[in-house]
Amino acid sequence: MDKVLKVRGLSKRYGKGCATCFDKTGPDFDSNICPDCGSVVAAHDVCFDLYAGEILGIMGESGSGKSTAVKCLYFDQEPTAGNATFYDQGQQFDLFSLNKAQQRRLSNQRFGMVYQNPHLGLNFDISAGGNIAERLLMSDVDNYAQIRQRATALLSRTEVLPERMDELPKNFSGGMQQRVQIAKALATQPPLLFLDEVTTGLDLSVQAAILDLILEIQQQLQTAMIVVTHDLGVIRLLADRTLVMKYGRVIEKGLTDQILEDPQHAYTQRLVASAL
Amino acid sequence: MKEKPVLQVRGYAKRFVLHEQGKVIPSSYDVNLDVYPGSLTALIGPTGAGKSTVLKGIYRTYLPSDGELLFTRENGETLDLAQADEHQVLELRRDEIGFVTQFLHFLPRQPSEDVVAQPLVQRGYRQQQARKLARDMLAAMNLPERLWGISPATFSGGEKQRVNLARGLIAKPRLLLLDEPTASLDPKTTDRVVGLIENLKHEGVAMLAIFHQPELVTRIADRVVELETPTLNETLLEEIA
Repeated sequence: MDKVLKVRGLSKRYGKGCATCFDKTGPDFDSNICPDCGSVVAAHDVCFDLYAGEILGIMGESGSGKSTAVKCLYFDQEPTAGNATFYDQGQQFDLFSLNKAQQRRLSNQRFGMVYQNPHLGLNFDISAGGNIAERLLMSDVDNYAQIRQRATALLSRTEVLPERMDELPKNFSGGMQQRVQIAKALATQPPLLFLDEVTTGLDLSVQAAILDLILEIQQQLQTAMIVVTHDLGVIRLLADRTLVMKYGRVIEKGLTDQILEDPQHAYTQRLVASAL
Repeated sequence: MKEKPVLQVRGYAKRFVLHEQGKVIPSSYDVNLDVYPGSLTALIGPTGAGKSTVLKGIYRTYLPSDGELLFTRENGETLDLAQADEHQVLELRRDEIGFVTQFLHFLPRQPSEDVVAQPLVQRGYRQQQARKLARDMLAAMNLPERLWGISPATFSGGEKQRVNLARGLIAKPRLLLLDEPTASLDPKTTDRVVGLIENLKHEGVAMLAIFHQPELVTRIADRVVELETPTLNETLLEEIA
């Protein structure tokens, strides 16, 4: 199996920070706010490896730092410490030492991101097809007919009627907006896809259809994915392996069935026991 | 015995640490057994002796507390499953170790034939070919053809179990773990399953199984390992801390 991503010691702190921030926060202190300087330690010392075609789940409640970790990897946030290596087509990229242009190239062409809030992932001022075209243009596809054809194929792939590709995303339902976001993320056939709470807030039947779509994509394209969610059902369905986060720390990691059937940490035991 | 065992379990133990209740619950204790190619080892013992816990430890759904689970891979290497990293375990689950559990876990909204074909697809079979083999297997399991295209969600216990078995047996893993595979089957289907298990033996599959019915153990087990209920009582966390 080929490694796609290696993350070591990833940390993100908001605030001026002091020497004791990392020692005085975390699950042992039931807080991610430093008592000495008031900085927020959103994530600290996150480590994991991701292989081609694998789905890694990151589970935790709101504020546990799971989205922060992913946003750092997608360059939406700048990490305070740590490193991440992305392995792609025989090349290695040290993500946090790249310059802005190099980072943009990777996030435009080699990564895909689907946000919980479609407003973050889509440009609401241009059509669904335009959103996809935008991403293709940024990755050097500039033939109009070719772009149009690709957008049609992607939208049908994610079950958005191609007849609606010239409509603005605001005319779409929440589930459809998520599908357009997924189509856009997949436009450049990235080997790595980040999914941040993509089904949160959708109707159950819409959730199911989106999750089926994600699984199908994973099976057909062998895309490696990081799925961030607070939903145990999503983890059970999608993830091969799972990290559990609390107050910015990874408190447990393992095979998903092991995390759900034999959780080791007190917090994970409580979380699993409280699932409906 | 000249042949090398596929699996050697030495001193396996599993304790559950329940933080909320502040307790440690012993489940399996000092389990020793061997599983050979083309042969079936049966685990017997009273309810609560930790039989399923042994299988789940080998499959790594449970993290073993003690002992070695030495698995001989196809390439001849020996790997301690208790220590193997997650990626190694995932690879073994795909290529070499299968598990038929008491309950069918399946992706919702997927037709039964695809549920059964899934282990083959994961190994790189083409969808069409995998589906054809899956249909053959479902036919062998006596599942009515009209059900093949439907998700097992609404099936009876016996029908689900047939889908479950079909999926477990289709991949012919080198080591197959079976947890009461015939518990909810009628005698006729049970006979068919016994026949399929015999076939797998001929093909060299090593099996470790728990059976609900004692007569099945006498019928198909080559070795029998009896587990006893752990004599250790549950302890409070503070006592061992």
